[in-house]
Amino acid sequence: MDFVPIPSQTVGPYFHLGLTEKHSASCIASSTANGEHVWVTCRVFDGDGAPVDDAMIEVWQADSEGKYNHPDDLREKQSDPGCHGFGRLGTAADGSCQFETIKPGSVPGRAGVPQVPHLNLAVFARGLLNHLYTRLYFAGEPGNEKDPVLGLVPQERRGTLMAQPDPARSGHWCFDIHLCGAQ
Amino acid sequence: MGHLSNARSIITAYRRPDPSSQPVLLHEPYRATIRRAPRKPLILLPHTLSEVTGPVYGPEDITEGDNDLTHQRGGEPLGERMILTGRVLDDNGRPVSQALLEIWQANAAGRYLHVKDQHPAPLDPNFTGAGRTLTDENGCYRFVTIKPGAYPWLNHYNAWRPAHIHFSIFGRAFATRLVTQMYFPGDPLCAIDPIFQSVRDEEAQQRLIARLDLETTQPQWALGYRFDIVLRGREATPLET
Repeated sequence: MDFVPIPSQTVGPYFHLGLTEKHSASCIASSTANGEHVWVTCRVFDGDGAPVDDAMIEVWQADSEGKYNHPDDLREKQSDPGCHGFGRLGTAADGSCQFETIKPGSVPGRAGVPQVPHLNLAVFARGLLNHLYTRLYFAGEPGNEKDPVLGLVPQERRGTLMAQPDPARSGHWCFDIHLCGAQ
Repeated sequence: MGHLSNARSIITAYRRPDPSSQPVLLHEPYRATIRRAPRKPLILLPHTLSEVTGPVYGPEDITEGDNDLTHQRGGEPLGERMILTGRVLDDNGRPVSQALLEIWQANAAGRYLHVKDQHPAPLDPNFTGAGRTLTDENGCYRFVTIKPGAYPWLNHYNAWRPAHIHFSIFGRAFATRLVTQMYFPGDPLCAIDPIFQSVRDEEAQQRLIARLDLETTQPQWALGYRFDIVLRGREATPLET
């Protein structure tokens, strides 16, 4: 056989059966985890601005000190056992899903330049033939304007990667994902 | 706090697949892509620790019997019993061990056990259609299931999906995450299926098709199919970060 990666195909409308009915994970970091506890509500919209009620979001993140729960993070410190680091949810009728987690610490980037706190997201849906990766940053976080990865995004699009604090609920953040269209 | 932030580490990035090996995102014959496929150019993320790590799975995440879809509900489901096996490898040809594979599929009549599936074909009380397993140290996996049926969908007039099994794979890194569909050899519906045809390269299409395998087949019991899965592999040179 050749060793060429297999093509992706859409997750389709029935992924709940295999992925989220029995194996969803809304709690990325438990109440015992160190760090600032936050609740992140993601909402997914299509090109018409309509909510996407059959998307799935997966989240991968570091603990409050920026350590990943993974053997390839070779730094000596153990990761926080309260922070599993992975979340996965299907979206509801309004296109939303909510994760309970902590704000991750800074993670080293290329050439030793630290990266500001961020969540790594993969978005799957009917109509997406390959999943999409994005990152969630926290609006107002010191250092956002100097982050090397965020700096790769044209200035006018950077706002689309910023979760916004919910003024009504302390510790709650909202993150809108527009799959296509003007936003 | 803080003592980790100065630590340097060595990571090895994952190779980006040749675009021709993958589907196009906007494939208008598959109508749902029109309102959902991104139009603006995607920004390539340089690989950092965030991309080369990912959730790690182990035996504790699997229950015995999770890989046998024919024994989940008491009785045996109707349909053509099949053994589905293969290896998960990276594009350097190395096995990917401890990969989590999750599958889901329609029953033999082409009906999913899902509230949104309105196809008026019978549900099978003995079939759920979901399973999971981990690859072993050689990257091998094995499921026992039944062959799913083809089913109609509303994409266009008289649209039918070829028989397929959905696969979700967690390799070693978030960057190697993959969801795909496995098809069956000789299925004439593949040629007219917009989802299968979103992969335009014929060699790439062949990678989505299992092959009938008499060595896996068990006489007087079940047909065997092989479906090998190649994920992105690591670049040759590590990066100091």
